[in-house]
Amino acid sequence: MSDQDPPAGSRRSGPPSRREVVAAAAMVPAAVAASSSALAQSQPSGGAPRSIAVKLMVNGAPHALGLDPRSTLLDTLREHLDLTGTKKGCDQGQCGACTVLVDGHRVLSCLTLAVMKDGATVTTIEGLAKDGTLHPLQQAFIDHDAFQCGYCTPGQICSAAGLIAEGKAKTVAEIRELMSGNICRCGAYPNIVAAIQQAMRQA
Amino acid sequence: MIEFQYSRADNVADAVRQMAVSPGAKFVAGGTNLVDLMKLNVERPAKLIDVSRVPLDKVEEIAGGGLRIGALVRNSDLAYHPLVERRYPVLSSALLAGASQQLRNMASAGGNLLQRTRCAYFYDIATPCNKREPGSGCSAIGGLNRMNAILGTNDSCIAVHPSDMCVALAVLEARVRATGPRGERVIAFSEFHRLPGDTPQRDTNLDADELVTSIELPARGFATNHTYLKIRDRLSYAFALVSVAVGLELEGGTIKEARFALGGVAHKPWRNAGAEAALRGRTPDEAAFTQAADLVLREAKGFGHNTFKIDLARRTIVRALLQAARGTPQSQSNKKIA
Repeated sequence: MSDQDPPAGSRRSGPPSRREVVAAAAMVPAAVAASSSALAQSQPSGGAPRSIAVKLMVNGAPHALGLDPRSTLLDTLREHLDLTGTKKGCDQGQCGACTVLVDGHRVLSCLTLAVMKDGATVTTIEGLAKDGTLHPLQQAFIDHDAFQCGYCTPGQICSAAGLIAEGKAKTVAEIRELMSGNICRCGAYPNIVAAIQQAMRQA
Repeated sequence: MIEFQYSRADNVADAVRQMAVSPGAKFVAGGTNLVDLMKLNVERPAKLIDVSRVPLDKVEEIAGGGLRIGALVRNSDLAYHPLVERRYPVLSSALLAGASQQLRNMASAGGNLLQRTRCAYFYDIATPCNKREPGSGCSAIGGLNRMNAILGTNDSCIAVHPSDMCVALAVLEARVRATGPRGERVIAFSEFHRLPGDTPQRDTNLDADELVTSIELPARGFATNHTYLKIRDRLSYAFALVSVAVGLELEGGTIKEARFALGGVAHKPWRNAGAEAALRGRTPDEAAFTQAADLVLREAKGFGHNTFKIDLARRTIVRALLQAARGTPQSQSNKKIA
């Protein structure tokens, strides 16, 4: 699944990112893995189809992909579309780091098979800022210092965007309960709640 | 995850027809449990038949004052549905006590019924588990069994059913409607989930080629005197150690009808007809509720790490029945226990 290069057009210009440096360093073993993967492709067990056409609208841009049915939405975003803002934490639906919005609802992309979302609209952390202006939640997380290591932050912010759209949380207790699917091991919870309250006042 | 074939079903007939010709296939809707288990190779379906676009996403009133919940209604939509909030608040509360909002946005009502146990040994394919590999043995008996069952167990399996929604549905005496190659049938909720018996690999009486199409609620919703009290290791986003759903009908200071079900303690939502019958005609006080709890737990058996659940269940039953009798149901956001 991860052995395909993203479309050439999706590469950014400018200095190499941390991810690109890491990817280049891993090139040699990756080439070995790719060749064994190619072998598997030519001999699919049980006649399972290796590639299924999937269309996704991600952050306003249409994408036509050919995906192994095993591909999660999380891996599709990160590995095929180079949208690495969405984080892989537990990959088991227990931490919330992979939270994205699908057709406006916050969901866990690690437990979502991408083929099942053919035709869906997906918003990730990369799609929240508009015209160079941070989304109110992004600004609020900065204003309130609502993170330390930052790994859970994209999931926290996407989840909070879903929370605000749902309109069910009014009190601090309700914010905390309805954000309980997003774990922060740095323990920035009080500041996260304060940031969400600020964004809610602006919404 | 092993390779699998994938197809989409447009309607119930299409789904059932596809399943009939696809040995080893499974239906997938929300995928929150199945995809997780597939990643760990606990579930290894040859094919997934995607039913998520089958039009079963309505909540409708039915004759006799009940409600029909389409199998694909999302858990979050069901919890916040105005008719459910008003007439079946114990169901709304139980749904909101389960998982996280992200998972509730994904999980379907039908899929919630079919959740598999979270027993650590069921998940760990390196260990024996009669539910995962019949005849291999039960690692939880004599193993790490803090989360496991205290009621309805046997030597083959001490797993618990993990659902919160189902505990409320047991109290409401819901019916499950399913369609398969032999046509449609209705399954009473008490007959839907199974005890392990000698086939712990079977969680329910639904056949592998049948599709759940809806859940029906009878008119009686216990909207005045109800609660869902869930005790867990952290205040949110954790499976129950013990949970109790209650529906009471009070008349003239006495109990006219009492129903309560336990979650987190057995292979299915646990009710005890004798304990409920013993409450009818009684004054709704702590003495009556303690007696009822003792009747339920008379048969309870601990396995070491989980033995504390017997006393926890007794106190949770009494507290939940008091909450329901006083008309002060447990809030699922303010965690202070009323």
